[in-house]
Amino acid sequence: MSFPWAKQYQPQHPLMQWIDEKLPMPRLVYNAIGAGYPVPRNLNYFWNFGVLAGAALAIQIITGIVLAMHYAANAGVAFNSVEHIMRDVNAGWFIRYAHMNGASMFFIVVYLHIFRGLYYGSYKAPREMVWLLGVVIFLLMMATAFMGYVLPWGQMSFWGAQVITGFFSAIPVVGEPVREWLLGGFVPDNATLNRFFSLHYLLPFVILGVVILHIWALHIPGSSNPTGIEVKDEQDTVPFHPYYTAKDGFGLGIFLLIFVALTFFSPNMLGHADNYIPANSLSTPAHIVPEWYFLPFYAILKAFTFNFLWIDAKLWGVIAMFASIALLFFLPWLDSSPIKSSTYRPMYRIFFWILVFDVLLLGWCGMQPAEQPWVILSQLGAIYYFAHFLVIIPIVSRIERPLPMPNSITEAVLAKHATDTSSASATA
Amino acid sequence: MVRPLGFLVGLGFITALVLAIFTTPLSNEHNATHDFHKHPKKLALASDGLVPHWDKQQLQRGMQVYKEVCSACHSLNFVAFRNIQDLGYTEGQVKTFAKGFQVPSINPDTGEPATRDGLSSDHFPAPYANEVAARAANNNALPPDLSLITKAREGGKNYVYSLLTGYQNPPQNLPKELAPSTGLHYNPYFANLNLAMAKPLSDGQVTYADGTKASVDQMAKDVTAFLVWTAEPKLVTRVQVGWAAFFFLLIFTVLTYLSYRNIWADKKH
Repeated sequence: MSFPWAKQYQPQHPLMQWIDEKLPMPRLVYNAIGAGYPVPRNLNYFWNFGVLAGAALAIQIITGIVLAMHYAANAGVAFNSVEHIMRDVNAGWFIRYAHMNGASMFFIVVYLHIFRGLYYGSYKAPREMVWLLGVVIFLLMMATAFMGYVLPWGQMSFWGAQVITGFFSAIPVVGEPVREWLLGGFVPDNATLNRFFSLHYLLPFVILGVVILHIWALHIPGSSNPTGIEVKDEQDTVPFHPYYTAKDGFGLGIFLLIFVALTFFSPNMLGHADNYIPANSLSTPAHIVPEWYFLPFYAILKAFTFNFLWIDAKLWGVIAMFASIALLFFLPWLDSSPIKSSTYRPMYRIFFWILVFDVLLLGWCGMQPAEQPWVILSQLGAIYYFAHFLVIIPIVSRIERPLPMPNSITEAVLAKHATDTSSASATA
Repeated sequence: MVRPLGFLVGLGFITALVLAIFTTPLSNEHNATHDFHKHPKKLALASDGLVPHWDKQQLQRGMQVYKEVCSACHSLNFVAFRNIQDLGYTEGQVKTFAKGFQVPSINPDTGEPATRDGLSSDHFPAPYANEVAARAANNNALPPDLSLITKAREGGKNYVYSLLTGYQNPPQNLPKELAPSTGLHYNPYFANLNLAMAKPLSDGQVTYADGTKASVDQMAKDVTAFLVWTAEPKLVTRVQVGWAAFFFLLIFTVLTYLSYRNIWADKKH
């Protein structure tokens, strides 16, 4: 589907016409990310992160395939094979560091992409399916990243696997057998490493498949925009190519600059020293901490320290941690306000920024040992997190009085330029 | 339906958390180890920062310290003799150096375990045949492999340097339970203050070929510099390639920015 004024693909070259008749793949691309896809003209830089997440996925898949050519998924040699990549494989250090930091870059852009969606109400009708598929991608990313972190078979790999698979043992009755079934043993071992490698290679392609569905679902209503007002006519839009390919190209440049700085100048900044110690089931690290992108959820897990009702604290933590992500599936229905953009939602906007601060606070607490004041801060942070989505948003969306809105995207753009010019002439 | 259910679920989590807050003590148990534990001293090396290089003289001295002191107990499994060409040795020198080591082998006639002269392609041989032998010789402590040690410890090179120079007599006010027991040695840079390794360096322990005075501090710096290299022999190359990639991308980014402005010049947005 597209808008009626979308440009039609008209191949000039006979070869392209021939291909178009047999397999209209170029037409598909043209309509998806070419001139055939009309996009609101007023997108700001926060709309770059979808493309950047796609680029990050591509980088991970390419570097990962090369790494798999040199890596050996066997508990006896996995650690050594990673060092072999770092020392003896041509440019192996680059591929490995790029893959390691690429995971962090992927999560950075995806988190910004998610918060963009939260601020501008991108999860609301008619784009609920885009949001739901996005949450699925996020979950798949977390599983993939976790299993990837186990592969170097360092101390944090091993103990991370131990802790995370340990979540399942919190489930009554079936928990322990399920955990053993997942691990293929009583503790993470060769069987675990092998299956994690297999799944770590599989899941990125599953992610790629869901990304295609995510983009497909997006193209039904078309992209949202910072005003949250739907496209009304042709002057509200510009063709994706060349307008947004150019803008995304610039965004990609900035993304790669940061990526390169991280990979080449400080590749171990986001990692843990312990993971350069080979896995040892007999020696527990003083501090078991997950990768930074899991820290807010880890803080929620650790915040539950009280056996409430018939559920013990550990199980509360595990349920809450999964719930903290699962509740995102219900967000389109928790928020009943028809207004999408926070620009016109004075109350929601305040709570949005509190949520941003809250998630950062939880992330910070997740990194700390189980000592005060971090415990109480993560408990308060977790209270706000659940209150925000399950209590505050439903209430705010009922009682909030939105600010006056322009009639169309074009009107908003022209009004912005009118104030820009008048303030410019006032200063001149 | 979603909103009332969500409200109930939210209330459940919030109640559990509020109860957790009121039942968790607000003060921490006092940990005496923290009072005596010291943060590592800073060690500046040529391989630091954004324009690093290897100080080959220093790395050679550091390797001498490793060979003459550390290698008695610590292995260097990931480093091959051929790698030390990075330290400024010629191929011939490397061959001669490797020949000075005996490495495990197999007698080609009988198949019995044997040893032979080292080759450039061999790795530094480990001092002990296996972990059991290492523990048996060291009061049940396992001397860790040093190849990655500056990456495998919080604080990195600063930690290694501080630990090597940090041996001292336990302070007067040290509680009895923290005092070193038999076979342990006090060092405030070590996480639990007492470690099995005795003070490894003393002044004049090695005689440097380049005439540098072999003080404990000097030897600690040199061997730490060497261990930074063993942990990541590609460090200098990495940063140099990084700058090339960075400037290439900078030009790319400027060009894409200009084309973006150019394409959007006639569109208000």
